Amino acid sequence: MYEPILEKPKSFFDIYKEKSGDQTITHYCPGCGHGIVHKYVASALDELNLTDKAIFVSPVGCSVFGYYYFNTGNYQAAHGRAPAVATGTKRVNPDSIVISYQGDGDLAAIGTAEIIHAANRGELMTVIFINNAIYGMTGGQMAPTTLVGQKTTTSPRGRNPYNEGYPVKMCELISQLNAPIYVERVALNNAANRAKAKRAIKKALKLQAERKGFTFVEVLSQCPTGWKVDPPDSLKWIEEKMIPYYPVKVFKDISNEAEPYPEPKKIVSGNELLEILGIKSEEEKDLKKYEIPKEYRNPKIKIAGFGGQGVLLLGVALAQVGMMEGYNVTWIPSYGPEMRGGTANCSVNISDGLIGSPVVEKPTILVAMNKPSMEKFEKDMVPGGILFYNTAMIDEEPKRDDITKVPVPATKIASDLGNIRVGNMVMLGAIIEKTKLLPFETVKKGFEYFISRKNLIPLNEKAVEAGMRYVRENNL
Amino acid sequence: MSKELLKGNYAVIKGALLAGCVAYFGYPITPASEIAEAAAYYFPPAGRTFVQAESEIASINMVYGAAGAGVRCMTASSGPGISLKQEGVSYIAGAELPCVIVDIMRGGPGLGNIAPEQGDYHQVVKGGGHGNYKCVVYAPNSAQEMCDLTYKAFDTADKYRNPVYVLADGFIGQMMEQVDFSHLKPIEPKKLEWGVHGTPDSKNLINSIYLDPDVLEAHNRKLQEKYKKIEENEAIFENYKVDDADLILIGYGITSRILRSVVDEARNSGLKVGLFRPKTLWPLAKDEINRLVGSAKKFLVVEMSNGQLVDDIRLIVEGKIPVEFYGRMGGNVPTVDEVLEITKKLS
Repeated sequence: MYEPILEKPKSFFDIYKEKSGDQTITHYCPGCGHGIVHKYVASALDELNLTDKAIFVSPVGCSVFGYYYFNTGNYQAAHGRAPAVATGTKRVNPDSIVISYQGDGDLAAIGTAEIIHAANRGELMTVIFINNAIYGMTGGQMAPTTLVGQKTTTSPRGRNPYNEGYPVKMCELISQLNAPIYVERVALNNAANRAKAKRAIKKALKLQAERKGFTFVEVLSQCPTGWKVDPPDSLKWIEEKMIPYYPVKVFKDISNEAEPYPEPKKIVSGNELLEILGIKSEEEKDLKKYEIPKEYRNPKIKIAGFGGQGVLLLGVALAQVGMMEGYNVTWIPSYGPEMRGGTANCSVNISDGLIGSPVVEKPTILVAMNKPSMEKFEKDMVPGGILFYNTAMIDEEPKRDDITKVPVPATKIASDLGNIRVGNMVMLGAIIEKTKLLPFETVKKGFEYFISRKNLIPLNEKAVEAGMRYVRENNL
Repeated sequence: MSKELLKGNYAVIKGALLAGCVAYFGYPITPASEIAEAAAYYFPPAGRTFVQAESEIASINMVYGAAGAGVRCMTASSGPGISLKQEGVSYIAGAELPCVIVDIMRGGPGLGNIAPEQGDYHQVVKGGGHGNYKCVVYAPNSAQEMCDLTYKAFDTADKYRNPVYVLADGFIGQMMEQVDFSHLKPIEPKKLEWGVHGTPDSKNLINSIYLDPDVLEAHNRKLQEKYKKIEENEAIFENYKVDDADLILIGYGITSRILRSVVDEARNSGLKVGLFRPKTLWPLAKDEINRLVGSAKKFLVVEMSNGQLVDDIRLIVEGKIPVEFYGRMGGNVPTVDEVLEITKKLS
């Protein structure tokens, strides 16, 4: 049923120029299975007319020199990382045909994470997995697929499951995942099985070309050198030792039902990219810079409270509006777990000149939304500084008498407005009313930048107004 | 508005996309996660690739794969993740592939903490992975520079076919500042001709294995030649009030911002203090440092580490003037006051 092939597949180089020594023969040992599988891959590429699109990834192992032979795009990859490298190249070369050709140490030991997750993402690639139950290149050490009792240089008394565990069955694992569409184990032990192996490899590559999904072919392959047997006996070894443990069959094939992946989106650049990034290409005319009253110029602001009181957002609001008024600004949070339920604080600088340290150590303006914050930061304030404190949460008077104190029941006012979460905006209103640090008009323009839920802008605006009113009406 | 209030971590991604970066591969880690989040948000609508990898190791190897295609690509992490990526960085350097790696440093060693530190200097500037390679390292100190130097990093990476780091600390990543984009033109993404594109005319080889010692040595010599060229051409720095300074403070990243405030306060007290800030950590601006050795009496290097940059400064100064060191660790950021006090003592 097959035509005899009397020439080398065109997907191979005629002369192996990258190789040292004899450039007409491979570097593989006599009787090795790699040569056979290489040929099946090359023939399949020829028959499917995919050679020119193919990218062959050769990671560490005997097949690290795959690039000697395949007249395709080639990558040599780090040990175990071929599926990640293949992912990288396939994602940016979506029309290519990517083959990750890996041995058992590479795929089932050091690269277990990479293969499982490439399979799980359903990368449009074909993985050829050579399982010969041993580390060939490094000289016959135990592989993750080495059989129980099998002697290797690192299991000299035979693989002991109590010490080394059991041989890993990759097809069984991979086929449990949702994304892979075709998972088959084949063997090279006889002509019938070799024919199946050839068909499986071709099918996997064809499915990739059809953009159907992730395909995986495991090949039980002989390593006469590593096993220390003659090549003919090595075929028998596959049949007698390997196949009983590693059943040769199709583990998963949903290729008929699988829909081709959608075509990747075209790369967008130029003005369209600027639009996506929210960068306006035209320079807006700068507004006349708002004049901050002399006593509050170049403020160093510290805002502190419980996580959830919106202290970080209040800082962002001040920085945003300051920037819109043409000032240099910095905002820096205390970040990390303390943001989740504990205390949070941020530092804001609004400055005429370049800002050195963004960390506010000695605030000129302190906003304390709760008691621990006032206790912590009041003592750091510069003499003559101004303290805004949330009397709804702080039942104590500030201790300093060399600062200006502005008591605002921010949480209470917010609660009267129907949402205690806008206490921060009440405080913002109090700050701008008391200090004239920034104009209310610009705060209103700033909302769209620092309030992400647009339907909450009117409430926030009301809260700012309420804070302003409170300061006015109480002559603070 | 052409200006935007932005975290440094977000500015990185906008700079990268403007520079024509087409692929981001990464893994979340505090305090660098916003970079991955911004990439996840902006890359796909721009028709570009974002993959959250299963590990730091996978992400840097995905970068290797994409970089081998001759396209602009990147990853980002923090110290513990950069440690894991070092294998891949060595392969990328060995195969002479361009890419950009952002490291937002946190406290170490081990799990350490998530507060800002500068303890990754050695692992990033000195290599970190195996073999005789070097990476260009930019050290931004503002959100604006996070954008600008990331943009520039892609050019430098392509120019030399070499991995380029953007090394910042947690504060620079987390801090919000105004960022102006008006000077950055969007660069049209392209595939460089030496890359593997899956086409008949791109059957190239991306490789770092050379079995023959002579061939590998020749490859290494070629790399060293390239590094020499980078040393001659790519060092950038910033001086602040150094001309008449007796004492010059040296620091990068957030530390340089603090030192700038120290210089101003010291000058207010009549002390002749200046600031030298390297914007590239490799290569360091050797000639400029030597020039300053001629005019200043003393250097004070301040780092949020056990003293890593100071080693390199001392190698350049060769004992000609005293090079003092002050460091904080564990995520503690030196205050202006504490550095000012040391500055006064040393003046």
